[in-house]
Amino acid sequence: MARSVTSQRKLINTGLAWLIGLIIFFPILWTILTSFKTEAQAINDPPIFLFFDWTLENYAIVQERSDYMRFLWNSVIIAGVSTLLGVMIAVPAAWSMAFVPSKRTKDILLWMLSTKMLPAVGVLYPIYLIFIELGILDTRVGLIVVLMLVNLPIIVWMLYTYFKEIPGEILEAARMDGASLRSEILYVLTPMAVPGIASTLLLNFILAWNEAFWTLNLTAANAAPLTAFIASYSSPEGLFYAKLSAASTMAIAPILILGWFSQKQLVRGLTFGAVK
Amino acid sequence: MGRITLSKVTKRFGDVEVIPPLDLEINEGEFVVFVGPSGCGKSTLLRLIAGLEDVSGGVISIDGQDATATPPAKRGLAMVFQSYALYPHMSVRKNIAFPLRMAGIDKAEQDRRIDNAAKVLNLTDYIDRRPGQLSGGQRQRVAIGRAIVREPAAFLFDEPLSNLDAALRVGMRLEISELHKRLATTMVYVTHDQVEAMTMADKIVVLRAGYIEQVGSPLELYRKPKNLFVAGFIGSPKMNLISGPEAAKHNATTIGIRPEHISVSATEGMWKGRVGVSEHLGSDTFFYVHDTGLGTEMTVRLSGEVEMKSGDTVYFTPDADKIHRFDDKGLRLE
Repeated sequence: MARSVTSQRKLINTGLAWLIGLIIFFPILWTILTSFKTEAQAINDPPIFLFFDWTLENYAIVQERSDYMRFLWNSVIIAGVSTLLGVMIAVPAAWSMAFVPSKRTKDILLWMLSTKMLPAVGVLYPIYLIFIELGILDTRVGLIVVLMLVNLPIIVWMLYTYFKEIPGEILEAARMDGASLRSEILYVLTPMAVPGIASTLLLNFILAWNEAFWTLNLTAANAAPLTAFIASYSSPEGLFYAKLSAASTMAIAPILILGWFSQKQLVRGLTFGAVK
Repeated sequence: MGRITLSKVTKRFGDVEVIPPLDLEINEGEFVVFVGPSGCGKSTLLRLIAGLEDVSGGVISIDGQDATATPPAKRGLAMVFQSYALYPHMSVRKNIAFPLRMAGIDKAEQDRRIDNAAKVLNLTDYIDRRPGQLSGGQRQRVAIGRAIVREPAAFLFDEPLSNLDAALRVGMRLEISELHKRLATTMVYVTHDQVEAMTMADKIVVLRAGYIEQVGSPLELYRKPKNLFVAGFIGSPKMNLISGPEAAKHNATTIGIRPEHISVSATEGMWKGRVGVSEHLGSDTFFYVHDTGLGTEMTVRLSGEVEMKSGDTVYFTPDADKIHRFDDKGLRLE
């Protein structure tokens, strides 16, 4: 029997949910608001919430001082290519783990995930040195490789969970129907896993887009993505909250919009396999 | 086309021997049914023939060619799965076309064969639907359609009817039998249902724990079960098995008598008992008789509607020609 919920109870729950949502969203909202203030209003005490002189000058200054489009382009390339590359490597890996598991498959999966538990800074030094040695410091290629590797465990895990849901008999049927391994993955497995692959792509694109540790440490001028763009406004000449906020808003806007339009996919992707 | 020979085929999963060395000959055009209780290795055996599992030893040859190491795609066999295993993202037409597409057959020939199969299987009206929009019976037909368009050397069926309801199952059983008549292609069919085995097979292979207990035509198995296992497995309701002094009278350790080979009287007979539950099917009536003095409850099958109340005393007599005798190892005595 479905649990009955009184309308009063429903109202309270809805109110609570909105409240929690707003609390989580508030810093982002505050950043966006601040980006339209003057520097003086931005640090005003008490803070001004809505009634200030709305201005676009911060955006103009930010745009003038640094080349936003170059950072944006770097972000798109780095996040996009590292995600695509990761999925291309992860599909066959997840296929073998899901459909031809060995005794050690579970261990390998856990081991892969355990690399995510290692503090990134622990391997910063060796990776930095390797990058210098290979001459890929501050290049997109270098960042693509690092971000792809960093996110690969998550991509494999996600795809593995999706593939597990696909009945093995269907793949066996494909085999009986004369499909080669390539055809089996291309024409049967992949189309059936499209929703899963899509949400994996999406989530990892967002993760790569937001990744700051490696992008800040391994880039300078050439390959710097939007995370570095924000960071460049946070220190040297003292704090300029309004400009920092404008830069932040510009940096998060594309991913915010992408996330908004794909929220259904994302939620489905993240809860897939949890409920059968 | 379609002769399958297994010689000394074995299968182990780790240390567990699922199929001990096994020999079997499946002739061209034959309808062979593997039957046995669950876990007897019948599905594994089918999957070995299909190539979906690798043998641990022995040789599988198809039409005289050693196919032991041939991948499933290259064996020229088609399989129908219990879960139908249709491609959910493809229409019925595309599902049926898939094996042809994989074989690189040209479009015109593909269409000809698909339309033909659709007509034979009554799928024409659903040809553009997705499997999700079909009923269980229709899905099963699509799975069969996908198998027949390839014109395979043999068909493999893995419990294809067990997901269907009883009425549909009888219909599909008939359709598969008719298909076999029309195509005259070898069919290997796995089931745990001895009724399916009896009604469809040219040759039944009774399996237990990976061993072949008996191979023969349905009536051979019914008339002359080689041992107690086959005697108990083939026939419904089950054969009555009596051991002890009553069996000794026939110079056997155990005697078996089928429920339909017993006659009943209210006044006289060889044995006497008390009626327990009776099941009225209309065409037949089954009695379960207690207190028989034979050390076992007896099942009796009478044709037609027979009125008898629980608790009634009955006398019953086995048909002397139809008594099966088994020795102390459970093997048939002639």
